Amino acid sequence: MRPFLAVVRRDVSLALRRKNEVMTSVFFFVVVAALFPLGIGPEMNTLRQIGPGVLWVGALLASMLSLGRMFAADHDDGTLEQMVLSSASLPSLVGAKILAHWLLSGLPLVVLSPVLALQFDLNGQAIEVLMATLLLGTPLLSLIGAIGAALTLGVRGADVLLSLLVLPLYVPALVFGAGAVQAQTAGLGASAHLSILAAMLLIAAVFSPWACASALRIALE
Amino acid sequence: MTPHSNVLFRFAAPQAFYGLAGRLWPWVATLATVFGVWGLWIGMFVAPIDFQQGQAYRIIFVHVPASWMSMIIYLAMAFWAVLGLTFNTRLSGMMNRALAPTGAMFAFLSLWTGALWGKPMWGAWWVWDARLTSELILFFLYLGFMGLTASIDDPRRSDKAGGLLALVGAINVPIIYFSVRWWNTLHQGASVTVTQGSSMAQTMLWAMLLMALAFWLYAIAIALYRIRTLILEREKLTQWVEAELRPEGAS
Amino acid sequence: MIWNSAGEFWAMGGYGLYVWGSFGVTVLLMGGEVILAGRHHRRTRESLQMQAMTRDSAQDSVQDWQA
Repeated sequence: MRPFLAVVRRDVSLALRRKNEVMTSVFFFVVVAALFPLGIGPEMNTLRQIGPGVLWVGALLASMLSLGRMFAADHDDGTLEQMVLSSASLPSLVGAKILAHWLLSGLPLVVLSPVLALQFDLNGQAIEVLMATLLLGTPLLSLIGAIGAALTLGVRGADVLLSLLVLPLYVPALVFGAGAVQAQTAGLGASAHLSILAAMLLIAAVFSPWACASALRIALE
Repeated sequence: MTPHSNVLFRFAAPQAFYGLAGRLWPWVATLATVFGVWGLWIGMFVAPIDFQQGQAYRIIFVHVPASWMSMIIYLAMAFWAVLGLTFNTRLSGMMNRALAPTGAMFAFLSLWTGALWGKPMWGAWWVWDARLTSELILFFLYLGFMGLTASIDDPRRSDKAGGLLALVGAINVPIIYFSVRWWNTLHQGASVTVTQGSSMAQTMLWAMLLMALAFWLYAIAIALYRIRTLILEREKLTQWVEAELRPEGAS
Repeated sequence: MIWNSAGEFWAMGGYGLYVWGSFGVTVLLMGGEVILAGRHHRRTRESLQMQAMTRDSAQDSVQDWQA
């Protein structure tokens, strides 16, 4: 437990020193949420319909943009090798890094989402469901994205390649996340969607650190 | 080690597999051609007109086999990935690199023929039905694999990273398909599935199965052919490759 | 025979564009794959042969100096 918490604390404090990295995800989310109405038109009925999808895609892309940084800095200065070699379990250290990534890039999006949801005229219950899906979904995205980040460590053109690798895997989270809000708005209730999201999160929480650890070992050998 | 597994592991060596692939691929290719011609004959000259879809239904003779193959090849890649990651064999990674382009080609073909079937049938070049959408995502998974393996220079790392990606992708494919189906039924729109449920005439089914068999054998033949090129490239510094490459009669 | 004339066959009951567009692209892609694979194999062989010959001649030169 101690190494896990230590890594979380370390990653968070390192990132907070370079605040611009944290801010770019947040700004991207805000900008994307503003661009869609500008591109589609201010008709409130349309915006209310597309709002959940737009906000979810925005959060997805914002989360994806910051994935490259998850392992890159530690890889560059040799810390990652030390982590792989250390006696602490690599999956748990990786899990700690993923948690830190979520705290910095995912949680702010959850907090910000109600404000942006107002721009799409979503009602209170829809906003609640939206926050719940993002709360379950953004860690899921971090967990899945981490595998891509580990596989593309140090590779040429890693950022674009990472997007290509990770976006297909993001589809289930997007479908159930945005779908939950739409189901809520349609009066059908979002509990099924939320349960499925929670199940996916649990499965990913178990398997992803292990897959990332394998990928990191492959990348570093 | 039983004698039987000795035989299997013998062909895990690139040199032995090179010879085996060289002997096999012409036969497999010939079989593929035979079944292809047979299937096309039945499909184009024997199977009757479909009462709902007219002559356009004949597209299924390439569309369905292409879809099936795009999925089977991905499963094969996952299988080789597991083998490669468990036993650390070089050949597994090469097999995946040999299979991926064909799988991507079949996925694209499935999408293309699906669009050409969709336009006359349902009036749109593209419909977001569960099957086609999943096929599109599968196409992206193939491209991702090819992109990743192409950008890693070290062959062993490239093989293993590709293998892990293929495995992660394969595990996700059922989840993706399930979520896309859910998404599709919830958003009733163009909710027709590309493969109509109507019962097929015997001849149509026969032709489709023969074409599927032909495509499958084609994929095997071309993968065997391609892996030979990969083996030569990877093993170029060994004596057997140098002997293999030496032009006849030269010292 | 289900077709009364060659014209009927090519027209495919009005769906000729779609049917032949599908079969045509199929032939194109599969044929193209085969051709590309063959070409890649030939080029690889040639390039590896060149590399082997360069290595041989370099070794000969070294042996000359050592002699």
